[in-house]
Amino acid sequence: MKLISFLKFITLDMKKLSLSIALVLMSTLNIFAQSDIDMATGLRSSGKIYVVVLVMLVLFLGVASYLFILDRKITKLEKKQDQK
Amino acid sequence: MRKSWWKILAVVLISLVIIAGLLAPVPVLPILHESIRNVFFHVPMWTAMLVLYFISVIYSIKYLNTGKQEYDFMAVEAVNTGITFCFMGLATGMLWANITWGDPWPNDPKLNGSAIATLMYLAYLVLRNALEEEQKRAKISAVYNIFSFPIMIVLLYILPKLTDSLHPGSGGNSTFGTLDMNNQLRPIFYTAVIGWILIGAWMLSLRYRMRLIESKQNEIN
Repeated sequence: MKLISFLKFITLDMKKLSLSIALVLMSTLNIFAQSDIDMATGLRSSGKIYVVVLVMLVLFLGVASYLFILDRKITKLEKKQDQK
Repeated sequence: MRKSWWKILAVVLISLVIIAGLLAPVPVLPILHESIRNVFFHVPMWTAMLVLYFISVIYSIKYLNTGKQEYDFMAVEAVNTGITFCFMGLATGMLWANITWGDPWPNDPKLNGSAIATLMYLAYLVLRNALEEEQKRAKISAVYNIFSFPIMIVLLYILPKLTDSLHPGSGGNSTFGTLDMNNQLRPIFYTAVIGWILIGAWMLSLRYRMRLIESKQNEIN
């Protein structure tokens, strides 16, 4: 059932989707065209080290959430075994 | 979320270390340059390994005192987790040494000591697999483990300090207490150490619980 509804959703929203993709593409093209305009947000300043910091944070948080999921799975297994 | 506050704490601590370790001001030193920041990431691997091996020794002693199988499981899994940290420490150290000392493995006493210690703990795991009978395996490996811990301490922390080594605290090099560990580095370094020890303990607890489930399953079948 879920799959069917998902497929319906996709086919119905195909037009919207393609429109939005086109919009995103256009906006990125726009950014490339206007590269002389300085978009000096925090992430782009001081040698762009902040980007690396964010990447490392994302990596570490990914590993940590993996550990959390493992933890929960093992707890489930323990509960199952106790019931036997 | 029962009793998981320390796991969240560990994640928060390491996240803080990643942010502060890369962005906070550090002392400007020749040769080291920005690679001084590695002290926040490389050294905690070894402290985590040390704590895990120490936990292993405690549980080996407990096993010999009581003969409870769970203690043996804890001892093995502590060594398994500790060896992971040991290899991460070796890999990060070699990367850094290649740039800073000009060679991934300069024949530094601390490096060679760590190689021998690693082989010793790998031998512990091989020894376990070589013995078929469970009780005999647990007893012999517990004794081996208790003896290899002090040898590891001597190889990693005492012998390198007696001779000339490139690592801090050895020969003519100053130790953490005096020159190279100043108050800019200290808070972040300790945060990293505590965080990684907690992560190590977490990984150990997961492995231990998996072992318990496995052994119970074997009993049932």
